[in-house]
Formats: sequence, structure tokens, C-alpha cells
Amino acid sequence: MSNTRFLTDAQLPFCKGCGHALVAQNTEKALQKLNVNPLDVVLVTDIGCHGIVDKSFLTHTVHGLHGRSSALAAGITAGLNNPGKKVIVFTGDGGATIGMQHLIGGAHLGFDMTVVVHNNMLYGMTGGQPSEFTPCGFKTPTLPEGSTKPGYDICELMVAAGASYVERVIGIGDYSDSLAKAFTAPGFSLVEVMEICPSYGVKSNPGMKLSKLVEDAGWNVKVYADGKGNSFKTPINSEPKSLISDKFEVKPKYSSSIERPVSIMLSGSAGEGVQSAAEFLAKAAIVSGLNSTKKGSYPVTVGVGFSASEVIVSPKQILYTGSPVPDVLIITSTDGLGYARAAAGRMKGGVIYIDETLDAPETGARIVKVPFRERVGAKNSAMYAVFYAVHYEKFYPIEALKDVFLSNKIAEKVNIESLLQF
Amino acid sequence: MHESKKNLAFIDGSRLITEALVRAGADTFVGYPITPANLLYLYASKRFPTMLAAPDEITTLQWMSGFAVAGHVPVTATSYPGYALMVESIGMAAMMELPMVIVLVQRLGPATGTATCGAQGDLNVVYGTMSGGYSIPTFSISNYHDCWELSAKAVHTAIELRTPVVLLTSKEMVMTLQSFDWSNLPEIQPKKVKHYKGEGTYLPYKADETLVPDFLPVSQNKHQVRITASTHDTKGILQNVLPEAIENTKRLEQKLRKHIDEYTTYELDEQQGSETLIITYDISSQASREAVVHLREKGKKVSLLVAKTLLPIPQIYVDIANRYTRVVVVEENLTGQLRHLLFGAAGRKGVSGVNGIAKMISPTEIVEEVMRYE
Repeated sequence: MSNTRFLTDAQLPFCKGCGHALVAQNTEKALQKLNVNPLDVVLVTDIGCHGIVDKSFLTHTVHGLHGRSSALAAGITAGLNNPGKKVIVFTGDGGATIGMQHLIGGAHLGFDMTVVVHNNMLYGMTGGQPSEFTPCGFKTPTLPEGSTKPGYDICELMVAAGASYVERVIGIGDYSDSLAKAFTAPGFSLVEVMEICPSYGVKSNPGMKLSKLVEDAGWNVKVYADGKGNSFKTPINSEPKSLISDKFEVKPKYSSSIERPVSIMLSGSAGEGVQSAAEFLAKAAIVSGLNSTKKGSYPVTVGVGFSASEVIVSPKQILYTGSPVPDVLIITSTDGLGYARAAAGRMKGGVIYIDETLDAPETGARIVKVPFRERVGAKNSAMYAVFYAVHYEKFYPIEALKDVFLSNKIAEKVNIESLLQF
Repeated sequence: MHESKKNLAFIDGSRLITEALVRAGADTFVGYPITPANLLYLYASKRFPTMLAAPDEITTLQWMSGFAVAGHVPVTATSYPGYALMVESIGMAAMMELPMVIVLVQRLGPATGTATCGAQGDLNVVYGTMSGGYSIPTFSISNYHDCWELSAKAVHTAIELRTPVVLLTSKEMVMTLQSFDWSNLPEIQPKKVKHYKGEGTYLPYKADETLVPDFLPVSQNKHQVRITASTHDTKGILQNVLPEAIENTKRLEQKLRKHIDEYTTYELDEQQGSETLIITYDISSQASREAVVHLREKGKKVSLLVAKTLLPIPQIYVDIANRYTRVVVVEENLTGQLRHLLFGAAGRKGVSGVNGIAKMISPTEIVEEVMRYE
């Protein structure tokens, strides 16, 4: 055991009789037993009376938000990615209440850290309100009749979440061995230190003994998990590939005779290849020397309802990517008709290609009915409709669309001849 | 044919943003899924040296802060509902002076609104993130070049000023596919956080004339590091309202003001003789650029200011606006959030807005507003 100091010589900043001072002293003793360098220790403190202990420690100290200390420490230990460092969290039962998600998540993932819960069963800094850890019958200044519910058993919760080392101790005397075991356990460890607040707990519950209180609450003072868990390894991708590479380049191969931007709206049903078909339509425009954009619209739920896409193909640079009034509207399903009806109503010219089973919407556009669904089935109706529109509207050579289609894996499943029925 | 174009691709803005963030020096992505920011999450999982999936957005910002304390430069991408959960932690990170970038992809609100519809509704939310009127440097993407350059600028600013930075964008910028020639994108130089090199006692919050303190990660064991979100002195020790601690808190805003010229970026297209200025940002920028083309074709003289650094509001924007008798502020929200930040509740004679929700503002709407008094 070293005699390296982890605490300054200044008096600890706690009320007389508060167990928080003992947590600090036992932490120092445990670290001395482990013979670690104080600057290989990161102490992360929560909000609460215990949180003002930072200035007393000679380790690195980080003081964050209420309840978030365990998540902050998780980020630190994942960022360090070094089991030689000791990341220790001090939190109260209040911080553990509001930050329970972080404790469960930390235990679940096995972050290399130790959480020391200073459980005095109430919020001491704010006047003695009850926490979710307040046991049945325990009184506080704002709950003079006593709690009617049992408090959380954090040790059981942590075991269920997968913590490596878990122990509950009575926060009296020397419990540095327990802390030392937690500090050396791989992965996530938690020690719940039972205390009673001298300012609010003692006064509200005169004559109550801490060990009796813990026993009556049904909380066992024991080791719940003995440190055989795994520790989290931060994933490192040492050779990530650039997201912009030659394979995304599209080489213009054909040419188009269109002289102004053309906006095409494709409106069908989710799961019927609308977005892919629109992407092919736009990509083939680039292959034909045009600029293009493709903007998708769909409900939040994937695979249900309408799926629409607005494509603009243009010989000039495209700035605004919206197209409130399409020049060409392609509708392949009932869902698609529902979504596109407003756009159709805005069209004073242009053309609407619509599946022949659907009623034509009110519009100033020319209507062309085509049995898209009947000829190729629902799943390929959007792709077929795009081929059909390109063939008749001649935005660019249909060979460009064929090239894009054949270079995609979809060509292995869908016979291109089925899409060339004009 | 695009004979002059060498690297023509059909891509979305998320791809450029993600690549630029990493090249600029960001090394860790912490993500929680949310539409319409999911492409950034997907690309980050392939491109960032470290990518972690967090269980919620509060955890996301806390993990990011932890990574920053350990010496990393983290990034996340979210939308308003996630950003709202992050707010307290962003303030914490700003107080701790931790570099990080939050990509905020705007979608239609309020509340969960419509996740798959774009918007420009979050400027006021970002403006009010920090209690006390402190700013978070905020950049706004107006086109694909900005996806590249402003993403890098966001990382560099976060590193140089040791602060969280918000990169504001919208669903249509990060999800729409566009043909794009990336052959003329500039090289991005990676930046690193400046570390303390001294031998003496390290004071984590003692700054020189730059007002930005040198950093040391907790991964080193030569100097003690103290980091705190509470009002603190230069040692990083919690204090009440001691003058040294209050001066340190004021410094958080002063450092941003001191360096504002270094991170102020905007596009100004002034036409001689024009008395009308269009001001815009984010997803309405391209519609505004197109409207300017149409207006000039009609013979209407008009100038355009595309604001790219949004917060803190650069004084130059107000100075430019004051040169024009008519100012039209274009933004996809109901009440004109940038307009209010620039001209206040009282407004200014000659200032109007083109606003709307649930669809991108069109060039036609902008042209009509500019021509309203002709």
C-alpha cells in the first residue's frame, strides 16, 4: 500500500457526521492499496452535496450535470480506451434516480468505470426531498408521513443490467477493500454506500439506526456480482475509406436535346421501387450530359403508404430543387394518386402517365393511361413507368436509362425486356 | 456533354458533410437515430475512426463530452426533438469549453411534427440554447459546396475556440440527390486542439490574449486537469460568484466575439444601383439565388446576402442591410426567425419576409414579394 495522497490536506467540505467524507477517505485508501498514480485516475462527480468534493481530490476531476455523471464518465472511459486508467463516478441517490438510464446502459455495455452511489435516501442539497431510493417508512422534511413505497434496489438492477462487480456496503468505518475490488474489476462496477444524512435524515427519523433501516428495507449488504464481467472496447476503424471516390463518378456518354429544365414527379406506393426508379431516371440524365436532382417524399413509416419523388433534369445548373408544378407526372398506384392529386391540379399543361386502373385526377394536363401494374406487376410498376415516360418524352436517349439499369443489381432480378413494352 | 467536368457524381449532401467533418479533424461520431439525419449516421458508421450508437440524445451529448475530455473531437447529427434533449448538455460542454459539432437537420415541427418534411424552424432554438444569452457558433449550409467547406469550418471553429458548434441544415439538403462536380472542392487541412506545453502548474481555464485556454486531456498524467460545468475559477474549481469566476464565465462570450471575423462567412452578390436586398440562409438559399436570376432577367435590380455564419449574428449583416431601402428575408418558418434576430420585434421600415412551412419556398414566391411594390 502506497502513501501517495489522493486528497488534499484541507478539511473535506461536508456536514459533521456525513458519510460522504468517509467515501472520499475510503476511496483514497483503496487507490493507495492499488498503488496507482493519482493522475491516472479521473473522478467524475454528479450534482449533490458529494459533488463539491472535486477540490479535495488530487486526481483529474470532472464535474458535470445532475444525473449525467455516469454517461459523461462512460464517454471519458471510452475516449481513453485504456484499462490502466481508473474512471470513478461519485453520485448520490438523486443522481442515480434521474440518471438511471445511464447506469443501466453503462452496466449493459460494460464501460470500464466504477460508480460509487452515495445513498442517503434523500436529496440533501435541496432540502431533503425523497428520491426513488427512499425506503418505505423513511421520513424526510417534505415527506413527514414517510414513504409508502420501497426504494430502488440498485444492486439488483445493476446485476440484471450486466454489471461486472456490484456490492452494497454500510457507509461506516473502513470499506476500502470493497472499493478496491470494484476499481480493479473489468468493465462496469458499482458500489452502493448506505448513508444517512445528518441534516435531514437523522432529524426526520430520530433514533433510527442505519443498519436496521437497511435491513428493514430488505436491502442486503453483500457482494452481488464479483467482477467477472467484460469490459467495453471502443471500436476503432483504423483505415476508414473516403466517402467520395471514383466509384461514385458518373461519366456522361450520351447527349440530350432538351433545352430547358424538365420536372418529373413519380408517385406510387412504398415498396414498389419508386425511389429507385426515380434515382435511375435522374442518374441516366447525368449519363446523358444533363444535370439532375431527385427529392423523395414519403410518410415516416417505411413500407406503408405513398412514395413519391421529384426529379428535375436540366441542361443548366439546377439551383432550386423543388418542383411545385411538374411537367410530367407519373402515377402508378392509388396511394400515388392520393399524394399527387394536388400537383396534378396545379398542372395547366404537360402530361400525366397514370395506371389505367386509376381514375384521372382533375388537371389541365394531357392524360395517358397505361397498364403499368398489369404488364409488370406492382413491384416493378414504377420502374416500367419511368422507362415508358423516357421513351415517349425523350428527355434523353433511352439507352442511358438502360445502361444505368443494367449496371445495377436489379438487372439480375428483372428482365429489362419487360420494361421495354411501349 | 459535361466535358469540362471531371468528377461528376450523383450524391446527397450528407456524404459531403460526413467526409468533410472527418477530414477537418473530427474523429468520433456518437449517434442516436432520427429522421431526417439518418444518412449522416449511416455514413458516419463507415467513415469515422470511432462511431458509437448511444441509447438516447442526452447520453449522446454526455458521451461526446467525455470523448472531448479525453482529447477527441466528437460529432453528432440530430433533428429538433433530439436537439431539445441535448440542450442542457450542450450548455455543459460550452461551459467546460469542449470542442464538438452538432449537425442539426431541421424538419417540420412543432414537437414531432413531420419527420420527413424539411423546415427552417430551429434558429431560435439554437439562439436560446444557453442560459444567460451566450452564443454557440452556428453555421448554415446553403448548397453542396457549403456541405464541404462549412462542415470543415464548423470543426475548425470548434477546435480553435474550444466550443460546441452547431451546423444547421435541412432535410432537403442532406437527403436530396443532386448531380455534383466535386473536382473543384478545396483540400481540407485537419486541425488539432492546442495543448498546454508549459512545465509549471496547469490552470485549465487560464487564457492568454486569445481568450481561449490551452487544453490538456485527462489521458496524460503530467498535469492535473479539472473540468467543470459550474461557475469556476481558472483552476477549474467550483466557485460561487467570485469576481475571478464571473470573469471566466464572461470570457465564454468574449472569446466568441473576439474571433467572430475569423469564422464569419457569407455570400454577398450586390448589384450596382439595387435598392432591394434579399437575405436568406440554409435551404431557401438556392431558391433565392434562382429568384435573383429571374429578377435580373426581368430588369429588376436586386442584391443577395446568403448568411452562412448565423450565430452570433455578425454585425456586418445589419450594416449591409442598412444600405438598402427594401430588405426581403426568405426563410422556411412562419414568423421570420432570422428577420427578428436582425431587426428585432419592432422591425424596420422596408423589411418584409417570405415565409412558409411544409414546403420549400419557391423562387416564384420570392420574385412576387420583391416585385410587390413595383
